[in-house]
Amino acid sequence: MTTDRLSGAVLVVFALLVIFESRHYPLGTFRLPGPAFVPILLASLLLIFGMLLVFTSGDAPRISSIRWTEWHHAAAILAASVFAVFATERLGYRLTVLLIVGFLIKVVERRGWMQTLGLAFGLAFGSFYLFYTLLRVPLPEGPFGF
Amino acid sequence: MVETLHNLYIGFAVALSPNVLLYAFVGCVIGTLVGVLPGVGPLAGISLLLPASFGLDATSAIVLLAGIYYGAMYGGSTTSILMRIPGEAASVMTCIDGYEMTRKGRAGAALAVAAVGSYVAGTVSVVALMLLAPPLASFALRFGPPEYFALLLLGLLMLAYMSGGSILKSLAMATLGLLLGMIGIDPMTGFFRFSYGLVELGDGIGVVPVAVGLFGLSEILLTAGQPTPPEVKKPRLRELLPSRQEWRASLWPIGRGTVLGFLIGIIPGSAHIISSFVSYAVERRLSKHPERFGQGAIEGVAGPESANNSATSGAFVPMLALGVPSGPIPAVMIAAMMVHGISPGPLLIAQQPQLFWGFIASMYVGNVVLLILNLPLVGIFVNVLKVPYPLLYPSILIFCVLGVYAVNGSVVDVGIMTVMGALGYVLRKFDFETAPVVLGLILAPMMEMSFRQSLSMSSGSYGIFINRPIALVMLVVGLALLVLSVAPWLMKTLDWRQRFGLASGQEK
Repeated sequence: MTTDRLSGAVLVVFALLVIFESRHYPLGTFRLPGPAFVPILLASLLLIFGMLLVFTSGDAPRISSIRWTEWHHAAAILAASVFAVFATERLGYRLTVLLIVGFLIKVVERRGWMQTLGLAFGLAFGSFYLFYTLLRVPLPEGPFGF
Repeated sequence: MVETLHNLYIGFAVALSPNVLLYAFVGCVIGTLVGVLPGVGPLAGISLLLPASFGLDATSAIVLLAGIYYGAMYGGSTTSILMRIPGEAASVMTCIDGYEMTRKGRAGAALAVAAVGSYVAGTVSVVALMLLAPPLASFALRFGPPEYFALLLLGLLMLAYMSGGSILKSLAMATLGLLLGMIGIDPMTGFFRFSYGLVELGDGIGVVPVAVGLFGLSEILLTAGQPTPPEVKKPRLRELLPSRQEWRASLWPIGRGTVLGFLIGIIPGSAHIISSFVSYAVERRLSKHPERFGQGAIEGVAGPESANNSATSGAFVPMLALGVPSGPIPAVMIAAMMVHGISPGPLLIAQQPQLFWGFIASMYVGNVVLLILNLPLVGIFVNVLKVPYPLLYPSILIFCVLGVYAVNGSVVDVGIMTVMGALGYVLRKFDFETAPVVLGLILAPMMEMSFRQSLSMSSGSYGIFINRPIALVMLVVGLALLVLSVAPWLMKTLDWRQRFGLASGQEK
């Protein structure tokens, strides 16, 4: 299996999904398109591009040639981003940043406590001061007052 | 001409006011830092600073963001020359000969030529922008929905044709972006499309979370686990003067890079990236000693660096005159203008002369600021790179989250950024370009609206797209590009990408 064949197949599945989901909206007519007309038109185009990729990319690199050596870091960073989604408005900006930076520096990068605490507190409170206080960008404060 | 000079005088009165001057300076400093830092390109930098510009007046906000844009173009060359790490994508070509010059002890000369070339290109291209944008805006007053639809379609086809990798993949990514742009309320009928009960998606997916996710977060995901960057070589101030021979060799490449960059900049797509590739290829082809390229040829630094800075100004032409973004960065800047109640387009120059001419004048000022910043202060900027990446990327991640959240005060946007970051990571692993996704997302609402409005105007007749001359010309050009794109694929010959060594893989 080549990289382009796999990605083409994923695009085909995605295009079919869009066409299926468009059933909720009126299609309209060719002369007077409805809200589903353009999405279906675009999904059909994507379907064609996906199929072309599947059928014409036999000489693309094989999937096994892709190296995922950094996936541990990538997974941890994505987990931190997901945490930010759920925590920012519940815990407040500063506490969320404190926890994310603490996790990434101490757990993922295995740095010392001094570096971890220095950077975590510096970023959490420094960026809050810069954006909230000086630049007046509204940021959420948590239940603990910060 | 007299009117232009009078308007420029008004512009300088605005640009040299202490407030605007301060924001131009701050923008240039931040932009240089953004350009120096690997992984934070101008798009991510502008997106992150967008919320901070909300509290400013419109002119200061645009001047600040534009300063970041061209500051990043300057800053990107520093890491390319000293460390062979492109701070942003447009500096990739500078790495080749710039780093070889560093290895030969000519880092200072390479930095000086890059800075002077960038300054000349930046200044000359602003003159061209100043002369070209007003007549183009007057011409664009004749545009109706069919012309806008044809123009946007042409832009997408142009992007696919000019992009570095496979055309098929670029078209697929542009279509994916257009599909993402279908999310939200249908402006013609009021239907909520693909929002699945999320009220925040009513206005559609924002450009900022998608751009920061696809460019900023995906870069962190790709680089965080990599080995630490190589040692930084810091040039001394007295080494910054190029020899007379180096100056002479750089003169024409700077001139050619300026013209090429500006022309490519006007065309939709990742102009500043493409312009540096094309400029490098042109210099190599014109050189009497092409074998020197890759071994530390100063022309290989002067041409691409001038071209990518000139393309920055070129990209502002369609943005200011037509209200049509030629790429993701002008799109974010249009978003910033709209936040301040200003709609870029043909009427902008007439209705907001102070903003337009103030912006133009601030670019002249910004170029001088950057020249002063980049040469003597290069050592200070390089120090940022001494911070180990394991300590740097958490900070970049936090600024990504902060910047995206602050635009709408919505954690849904942070969620979109996370999904787009993961998508961008996988797409880049599979050798897909992500810029067409962002451009597709931006153009989708405008394109659908103008398409359906055109059909309403003509009572459902598609002939409206070929009966109107301007629309017809643009559609014919788009069709020609499509044929040109497909021809090498069908005939198994090399197209311009392979000839310039741009294609990441063969056309399948």
